[in-house]
Amino acid sequence: MAKVVFVHPDGRREEHEGSDGQSVMRVATSNLVSGIIGECGGDLSCATCHVFVDAAWAQSVPTKTAAEDDMLAVTAEEPTEFSRLCCQIYCGRETDGIVIHIPRIQR
Amino acid sequence: MQQDNVVIVGAGQAGAELAASLRSLGYLGQITLLGREAQYPYSRPPLSKAYLLGHCGTADLLIRDASMYAQQGVTVRLSVEVDCIDRDAKTVSLKDGETIAYSDLVLATGGSPRRLPNPELANALNVFYIRTLEDVDRLRQRFHSGIRLAIVGGGYIGLEIASVARRAGLEVTLIEATNRVLARVTCPPVSDFFQRIHAEEGVQIKLQSTVSEYVTDAGGDVSALVLGDGERLDVDILVVGIGLIPNTSLAEQAGLGVDNGILVDDYLRTPDPHIYAIGDVARFPDTLSGTLRRIESVPNAAEQARTLAATLLGTPTRFMCIPWFWSDQYDVKMQVVGLSAPDDEVVVRGDVSEGRKLTVYYLRKGVLSAADVVGSPADFAVAKKLIANGAVVDPVLLADPNSNPRSFLKAG
Repeated sequence: MAKVVFVHPDGRREEHEGSDGQSVMRVATSNLVSGIIGECGGDLSCATCHVFVDAAWAQSVPTKTAAEDDMLAVTAEEPTEFSRLCCQIYCGRETDGIVIHIPRIQR
Repeated sequence: MQQDNVVIVGAGQAGAELAASLRSLGYLGQITLLGREAQYPYSRPPLSKAYLLGHCGTADLLIRDASMYAQQGVTVRLSVEVDCIDRDAKTVSLKDGETIAYSDLVLATGGSPRRLPNPELANALNVFYIRTLEDVDRLRQRFHSGIRLAIVGGGYIGLEIASVARRAGLEVTLIEATNRVLARVTCPPVSDFFQRIHAEEGVQIKLQSTVSEYVTDAGGDVSALVLGDGERLDVDILVVGIGLIPNTSLAEQAGLGVDNGILVDDYLRTPDPHIYAIGDVARFPDTLSGTLRRIESVPNAAEQARTLAATLLGTPTRFMCIPWFWSDQYDVKMQVVGLSAPDDEVVVRGDVSEGRKLTVYYLRKGVLSAADVVGSPADFAVAKKLIANGAVVDPVLLADPNSNPRSFLKAG
């Protein structure tokens, strides 16, 4: 199990547990975390699970694939260097406690 | 007084999204989700892609964790079949005789694959349709390198299965009745593009071709197809992808309007004020074209569910949405946005005859109505915005491969 901390645009925080290997997107949708949609189910097709990884955790997540990078061009909110699609970030020891910032707009 | 109970018939994408959206928006009454299949709501798109290839497991397909439903107070009943609706009593009856009372009833019954009518295939265990996890689990057992696969139907399902099959080393022949693949959903240049890609990947595509005979062996399995031109094709397995039939019988029995889908208004309501329909089964008025539409896609199902959740919570909300869709074949991702019409002007950006990138725009009286985008998410994002804005775009600029699509946003 690993902890994921979601920070909403208004500063509200909520913490949820994910099982190892589960994507952060799935943790969010399974706990009805608002602002993360995950419409395509993790197929890198919709860019509705766009998040900003907290700067302190940027080194703990695996690097982006070209396919993810392409889809980050499609996000509703302007991406930054910390932008990721959270269907590509997985729970595990490396990411236990990861802090994820939710964008204001998702679609 | 009885507590409110929203009963949702169908535990697919639309039904699952509705249950979650109702809770997200603060609905406090009961929610009952009735599913015919044994699984908690799962994503179907990966079935013909990653799941068939063995790149993901059953747990990865779940739309939300199974535990979410109990946590959110959603009653999920799996492997149950609804027998009929009693509109006066406001109840549904299950096949086993149980009745469930509803305050609002949502039909999210989806569709079933159109089947080949041939009686000689009745006992064939090597003929596969692609809709459910069970369908694909069965197919997976036969999906091995060197197996001879014939596919009937050159739509999205047929092409996605062909691409996964080539990846898995099967020998693939695809039989399409019309003169091009994807004929129902796209324009000839995009069909040409995909025919070329599939040919490059080793798929034998037979256009304007029909099966005149299914030859079966002693056990009833298909062993060969005889095509219209007399060619005989020996096969090990057959996949059929010839369309989806909306599951409307429950609505029809209940006296609701049915015509290639359950007829609803732009609030997704049937004429019965307590019955609604969403997802693949719903046929709704499309304000853009002024016609009735039924759309078979995950984004449509999810968006309709979210729209209806707002309505059920007391904010009547019209369903107005620009549809989008995607398909993965080989290393190629196609994203489609908008709805094109056969008489739209077609503008091609890119080269149909080489490479793996292509963008095709559809213009109606100069206004961008739709785009088919292959291998260029940036073009897709721009097209989505242009369509939402009702932008008038210069077709010469659109076709120019050196123009930057992002600049169209400013120009529009």
